[in-house]
Amino acid sequence: MTERTEITVTVNGESRTGVAEPRMLLADFLRDELRLTGTHVGCEHGVCGACTVIVDGLAARSCLMFAVQADGADIQTIEGLATDGQMHPLQKLFSEHRALQCGFCTPGMLMTAIDLVNSSDSLTEKDIRTGMSAALCRCTGYEGIVNAVAEYTRQVHGGESQND
Amino acid sequence: MKPAPFNHFAPTSVPEAVELLGQHAPDARVLAGGQSLVPMMNFRLARPDVLVDLNRISDLSYIRDDGDCLAIGAMTRERTIENSDLVKSACPLVHDATLNIAHLPIRSRGTIGGSIANADPAAEYPATMLALDATLVAQSVRGERRIAAADFFDGVLSTTLEPDEILTEIRIPKAPANSGAAFVEISRRHGDFAMAGVAAQVTLKGDTFIDVQLAACGVGPGPVRLSDAEIELRGKTVTDGVLSNAARAASAQVDPDGDMHATAAYRRKLAGVMTKRAVIKAAARAGAAA
Repeated sequence: MTERTEITVTVNGESRTGVAEPRMLLADFLRDELRLTGTHVGCEHGVCGACTVIVDGLAARSCLMFAVQADGADIQTIEGLATDGQMHPLQKLFSEHRALQCGFCTPGMLMTAIDLVNSSDSLTEKDIRTGMSAALCRCTGYEGIVNAVAEYTRQVHGGESQND
Repeated sequence: MKPAPFNHFAPTSVPEAVELLGQHAPDARVLAGGQSLVPMMNFRLARPDVLVDLNRISDLSYIRDDGDCLAIGAMTRERTIENSDLVKSACPLVHDATLNIAHLPIRSRGTIGGSIANADPAAEYPATMLALDATLVAQSVRGERRIAAADFFDGVLSTTLEPDEILTEIRIPKAPANSGAAFVEISRRHGDFAMAGVAAQVTLKGDTFIDVQLAACGVGPGPVRLSDAEIELRGKTVTDGVLSNAARAASAQVDPDGDMHATAAYRRKLAGVMTKRAVIKAAARAGAAA
């Protein structure tokens, strides 16, 4: 079927419906249909990580999924991180550690980091660098990003992050 | 860029999927995890008229203990394999290879069957399946066919699957006692395509190699079984001289092309270096297990 079909997803806890033809990427569906423009589109071939969102609990590239594939899925985007006007702890840490400059990569960085930290019991600095290599930043040189994710790891899992 | 228009079918069972593929081959492509096909479509390097999307077939996602082998459903996600204790204990080379695949968000979607059927020359799973003598199970409306990994890979992004066949199961022999495994690769940046990688499983008796299984990726049009290096090692004691002979044999056996990432000569050199590193690591693990 090349025709447009109705697609319903749960985004940040809220049921949302839009229309997409099969070739519409999930990233474009979120941005253009649902008007959730916090998810950024960079390279469109899965390399830069700017479009990373969390699909059914796991970080995934929204430029490498079609919207029709997400019908019925539970999706978390950058728009869902802050609650009651309060930034998510990782957003605060990104600010404190100067982990962003232009901000283009930041939504993907945050969604990548949240999955990385949530899916492991502990992370060394090397694990963080390896995990965060899934997303590219052209401004910061990564130091601030690694430091912010390391501190978030300590907040979530406790203890000191180990050097490797 | 954006993909060209296509017809999307999302069957929920294998019989339904093979029926659809039978109707629409050769203008249809099978969509597994989509981590290679969708970029190709975004660039319009691939413009299939029809996509048969396997993501709604829950029956194709499993890891089963099947006596002397593990049976893994083709749509099992790489992250599921990475986190499987059964895979880690029964087929440690598969676990180690998985950790080298791209990045976490790619492994969330990428599948073992998709990686094998896509047959990218730099991919980890094809070399791993070749080294471990895995059996690949294909289905079509004409029935089921079992293909040895050695007969499956057929050049760059090419396999001996027929246009109407779907890879449904991967059967991997379990690692023998006193064996160790390692997958090592080198790339400019972690997660990038490997310039060269080697999958190794060795079985030791004391310090002697009883059996050695080696295959390389990134150094030819498809995965390469490093049979000459295996011969250099089998029956020998683990010494630096023996390992260097195996490295030389590996370099001599591969026939890489050069590209913007590495020259052919450099890749050839890397094939030997990766062979030595993989065997050392696998042997250490075999010793530790003994």
